[in-house]
Amino acid sequence: MSTAAEKDCRHNEKNLAPEIKGRLIDELEDLCEEDIFGCYQCGTCAAGCPFVEEMDLTPDEVLRYVILDKKEVLNSRTIWLCSSCFACAERCPRDINITVVMEALRQLILRKNVDETDIECLTEEEKRKIPQIAFVSLFRKNIG
Amino acid sequence: MRFMELLYYPGCTLKTSAKDLEATAIKIAEELGYSFKEMEEWNCCGVVASLTSDDLMHHLAPLRNLIHAEDEGADKIVVLCDMCANTLKQTSLRVKESKDDLETLNSFMDKENDYKGTIEIVHFLEFLRDEVGFAQLKKKVKKPLKGLRVMPYYGCVLLRPREVAIDDAEDPVIMSDLLRALGAEVVDNPFKIECCGSYHTIDEKEATSKRAHRITNFARDRGAEAIMLSCPLCRFNLDARGKEAEKIFEGYEQIPAFYYTQLIAIALDLDIDACGFDSQEVDPLPLLKDKGVVE
Repeated sequence: MSTAAEKDCRHNEKNLAPEIKGRLIDELEDLCEEDIFGCYQCGTCAAGCPFVEEMDLTPDEVLRYVILDKKEVLNSRTIWLCSSCFACAERCPRDINITVVMEALRQLILRKNVDETDIECLTEEEKRKIPQIAFVSLFRKNIG
Repeated sequence: MRFMELLYYPGCTLKTSAKDLEATAIKIAEELGYSFKEMEEWNCCGVVASLTSDDLMHHLAPLRNLIHAEDEGADKIVVLCDMCANTLKQTSLRVKESKDDLETLNSFMDKENDYKGTIEIVHFLEFLRDEVGFAQLKKKVKKPLKGLRVMPYYGCVLLRPREVAIDDAEDPVIMSDLLRALGAEVVDNPFKIECCGSYHTIDEKEATSKRAHRITNFARDRGAEAIMLSCPLCRFNLDARGKEAEKIFEGYEQIPAFYYTQLIAIALDLDIDACGFDSQEVDPLPLLKDKGVVE
């Protein structure tokens, strides 16, 4: 039996990413102070990322897309799969806090009043069983 | 016996789905001569630290807790939840590094006093290592966890970002040292510092189950019979989502996940009811009975 919980909670298949008028790198400058141009594409971030197998773009590709102003990066699943574990930030040889860049990319979307997660899909049983910290952090990361 | 009082910040999960973590920590503290005094006033810490440079608003909730702690005359708070400890520490760091940010945040506090920056945030695991000492703890062990092969699991927020870490971000030893003090055998695992999937347990259930499998399976192949961890969300993911991984990976069996406080409580021979084992998907009791540490 298919339950509401098995329904997809994700919205991003619907291409909800808002239109960004300026250059991505300029928009991100207001949200984070990371030197994204410093990335030399070594892939250390991708190698240590726990969710890389599920991602459509690897974290280093996300940075490359930003540098090249390829705005389709905002429709990538990668920025939502990042769980802010800081493994990439810890290991980046160029000292780029990629975790913060991912958050800035999410914020670019969320601040246009777009929700990534549909909270209606949660069942009563899940609300009872799953730790509260999971809900608060998901809502903080994915709800605009 | 006179107890030394510790001001305790619980957070939401300790009062709901992680009551077993709180109950065992309180018992251990008492056994070691300390009593937890819950903060008279506390609120949700926000769980995840605010990361964008312009977002000061989400530092308000953690800072309010630090102000309440100052109001109670404390110089430190003990925290059990890894996510709360991390979030509170990151806010504390931000206001320590930027007087301007502290001033802005203080100006938003209508009823509260200004934050003076005096509160140290201590994770209980740190407290046991630094203030009690594992050697001292070892002396209190009545039932050594002899023959119990345990994989320590740190996850992310105990260790990263390194400015707020309780141990070396890439090569932590605190849990191995604790396990040895309790008489257990440590099974090391390269995935011990990899994220459990965190809040994706809600919107990416299968991916989180796969994470639980990846983290556990390697250690299981090396003989681990149990996992020791400290975060309520890691526990849910490695227990409940790990159990669901059995349906994805043929022949895979999830091993039980213990809070470090549960293992300490058993080794110190404290009231086993506080452990709340009946709330876990993977029942740890058969293993403990097999090892002869519980009846």
